[in-house]
Amino acid sequence: MSTSYQLKRADFIFKNENDWEDVLRKSISRPPNELINELISSELKGRGGAGFPTGLKWKVTSEEVNDVKYVICNADEGEPGTFKDREILSRVPFKVLTAIAICGHVIGARTGFIYLRGEYFFLQNELNKAINEFEYYCKEIKFDFKIKIFMGSGAYICGEETALFESMEGKRGEPRNKPPYPSSFGYMGKPTVINNVETLAHTYTIFKYGSKRFYDLGVQYSRGSKLFSVSGDTPKPGIYELELGMSLADFVEEFGDDDTKAVQVGGASGFLVPRKRFAETNIGFQGKLVGISLPTGGSMMLFNSSRSMFNVLDNYLNFFAEESCGQCTPCRVGCQQLLKGIKAVKRGEKNAQYLDKMLKLAETMQFTAKCGLGQSVGNSFSSIVENFREEMIY
Amino acid sequence: MRKKIKISINGESVEVEKGTSILDAAKQTGVIIPTLCYHKDLCIAGNCRVCVVEIVGQKRLAPACATPCEDGMDVLTNSFKVRNSRKHIIELLLSEHNTECTSCYKNGGCELQLLASEYKIMNQDFINLVPFHNYTIDMFSPSIIKDDSKCIRCQRCVRTCAELQGVNALTMSYKGDHAKVTTFFEKAMNDVVCTNCGQCVNHCPTGALVEKNYIEEVWNAIADKTKHVVVQTAPAVRVGLGEELGFDPGTRVTGKMVAALKRLGFDAVMDTDFTADLTIMEEGTELLTRLKGALVDKNPTIKLPMATSCSPGWIKYIEHMYPNYLDHLSTCKSPQQMFGALVKTYYAKARNLDPDKIVSVSIMPCTAKKFEANRPEMHDSNFRDIDYVLTTRELAIMIKQAGIDFMKLKDMHFDRLMGESTGAGVIFGATGGVMEAALRTAYEIVTGREVPFDNLNITPVRGIEGVREASIKIENPLKAWSFLDGVELKCAVAHGLVNAKKVMDSIVSGKSHYHFIEFMACPGGCLGGGGQPIPTSPEIRAKRAEAIYAEDEGMPVRKSHLNPEVIKIYKDFLITPLGEKSHHLLHTKYTPRNRF
Repeated sequence: MSTSYQLKRADFIFKNENDWEDVLRKSISRPPNELINELISSELKGRGGAGFPTGLKWKVTSEEVNDVKYVICNADEGEPGTFKDREILSRVPFKVLTAIAICGHVIGARTGFIYLRGEYFFLQNELNKAINEFEYYCKEIKFDFKIKIFMGSGAYICGEETALFESMEGKRGEPRNKPPYPSSFGYMGKPTVINNVETLAHTYTIFKYGSKRFYDLGVQYSRGSKLFSVSGDTPKPGIYELELGMSLADFVEEFGDDDTKAVQVGGASGFLVPRKRFAETNIGFQGKLVGISLPTGGSMMLFNSSRSMFNVLDNYLNFFAEESCGQCTPCRVGCQQLLKGIKAVKRGEKNAQYLDKMLKLAETMQFTAKCGLGQSVGNSFSSIVENFREEMIY
Repeated sequence: MRKKIKISINGESVEVEKGTSILDAAKQTGVIIPTLCYHKDLCIAGNCRVCVVEIVGQKRLAPACATPCEDGMDVLTNSFKVRNSRKHIIELLLSEHNTECTSCYKNGGCELQLLASEYKIMNQDFINLVPFHNYTIDMFSPSIIKDDSKCIRCQRCVRTCAELQGVNALTMSYKGDHAKVTTFFEKAMNDVVCTNCGQCVNHCPTGALVEKNYIEEVWNAIADKTKHVVVQTAPAVRVGLGEELGFDPGTRVTGKMVAALKRLGFDAVMDTDFTADLTIMEEGTELLTRLKGALVDKNPTIKLPMATSCSPGWIKYIEHMYPNYLDHLSTCKSPQQMFGALVKTYYAKARNLDPDKIVSVSIMPCTAKKFEANRPEMHDSNFRDIDYVLTTRELAIMIKQAGIDFMKLKDMHFDRLMGESTGAGVIFGATGGVMEAALRTAYEIVTGREVPFDNLNITPVRGIEGVREASIKIENPLKAWSFLDGVELKCAVAHGLVNAKKVMDSIVSGKSHYHFIEFMACPGGCLGGGGQPIPTSPEIRAKRAEAIYAEDEGMPVRKSHLNPEVIKIYKDFLITPLGEKSHHLLHTKYTPRNRF
């Protein structure tokens, strides 16, 4: 396959660097503004999938006037097909801890939390050991900062930042209305920075090497590298750090099994890209002028021709119908309707035109659901139904 | 004054205070945005999404109830996108809702039904989700029926139970397609901390939570020629009933109500206000006796502060939540139950009726009264003291069924013997009313003078704050009460159980030094009761309160101890407050209960 862009491997996140003490010490001796500007000029965007500019997030929160602020590391990695955060926390925990503490220094927080996915309880012991060592060092350099682990209970929705706060506060994990945003009203109503594990790990790189090293990777609007969790019909599943901006064709060339029919970019809440669109699809954030840009939290699922896209969609919708928190109408009822709807079409109880009604419903869900979960169900639904309509009917 | 900002709604510019929601701003320009999960009494949930609007320039729609206006915002409430989305959402809600509307108790009064009719959802082709769930109807409570198949998960009941009442009998459980409103371990409503206050019923937009109605039973009793059917009406009913029958909130319909009840065929129409006055005699005397016991005799078994016991929701609440503090409750029955005990004794004797043939019905603003009438201890007349309790809403249904043109009725008077009341009895319907009525009488008993307030209006105990305090200094008492000389009688009033909790916690912590506290389970007191017309909102409660106080002002007698029928019953039957007959018929005991 001819491409204008080759896959570029990067190796920052998992690079074994035993210098977190230096990075921490040097970073917290720099004024917060300088660190914020470093982040802003790196153009790092949130790696959880939503892509909010990290520097801006820290800046806004640092400007809030409040004695108590919090930093939260979102390790509730629940998106189907994503398994990078687990690796980061088990292989380079100190990079994440350091980044949490630096963020605390920047925004004026003295407590950080790691919201650890319930299923990752096996990481807890090692992580606590690392935290003890980390806090010991903080004490040594007279830097007042504490990090605690908060164990999630296994609900997908609690990866949504405001549902995560509710869960930490001991309430039912339901997303809040926004505004107010976490930067002004987060955990316990205090200004809070909440970042994905990988985002924090990248800030470590940026603070260590400077923003330019990071900025020089990737393409316009999508700077830096990113971890990809590659799974599905591929001869080499695993986690890979790649520069952003690659075309999906290149990606499939590298990871496909020569029979790739479609790639689900961004997990169940992401988009399915069929083979005919591989070449024009780029992996990165919206804003690129040529072709389609798809953001991703890193999940790349490859499907070959042996896969039924109906089954894939059925699986996703079952997941969403169960994992919706159930508070807002479009998500709670919408997911059930989509799930039961495709089954009804498959069984011939509803005619094929019913798919069009459901596509419109999926659009309504995008417009009206309260949080990212309900808003993104339509992504996979529409992209699968539109591209593989015949597989839904026959 | 907060900063003013300008926004545009459907092209019309409007100036609002910063922080105003789009929903409220729209109201100011005369634009109505439909809502379901929104209720003025409750915090914003923003979960039904019926109120979504388009903010020009934003891809996603915003919930009008939960989105604050921002300067320069350009809002469209009826764009193509909004209309389609809103219709979709209503269709979705209908698809998970049991739409057998014609056999629903809320038929005609359901907010979802109204929306469906406004948006003309004619071809509901989404899949009916009801059969996929294993819904059962919880009919175990004597007060409330809970039908999950009609629930739209707006969580109004959950917020009501938590924010207004602090009871948390109802909460959300499970997630996604299984999300539902339920009780602790999904036990039946009669088996949990539910106080039967009915605020959830009053706040439910659909038929998922309704009162257990006894309309047919009452019709049958009326039709039974061998029965003598007596009805009593609570003070708050007369200021609420009109709302169900075409009048504006705050209209007093006492005379029309009496006329309607007579037309319905009740054999005697009497007034709970009479026993409200009687309650004051008993409770006021009890208070003074307790004060003497505690202050003079220093009897440690006598507990102060004394708490009122008129509100059955409050009674069940304290039984569950503060079972060690039941000694603080006045032993007086509620006016309803005093009335019930007297109807089958005093009234039966005076009218020469067989108490077995009397059916005693009460019209209450309250669903907890249904539970109260059902208590095993409420059989002091040797019969069930109150046979049926109807809410204000159920009475309105009967009046409509009977084809009575309520607005055209001529005013009539209550029947004698237990139909006379005073202004003091009337204000029982408002928060602070029992306190005010008690003070009017107790102060006069002790000092021989009227309470030192302009026109008998004890304004410090009136109002809408959740907890209010007042004190009256007793000077120059009559000789018998000389031990109270110089005592500052400290009172408090709490309404809404979340406020009752505040006061109780202060008693538990030993910080409270009150002598007498009035507790009402419902916000605003009985006039905001769970059995009152729907909707009930802060504004409507305020109007009903105005009406109650206007009714009081218009009464020739405004002090309970001057009620001629009260004087007569003591002369002919009860002899003296706290006497033996009173003890037997008018006082009761309480049961400690678990929280779960």
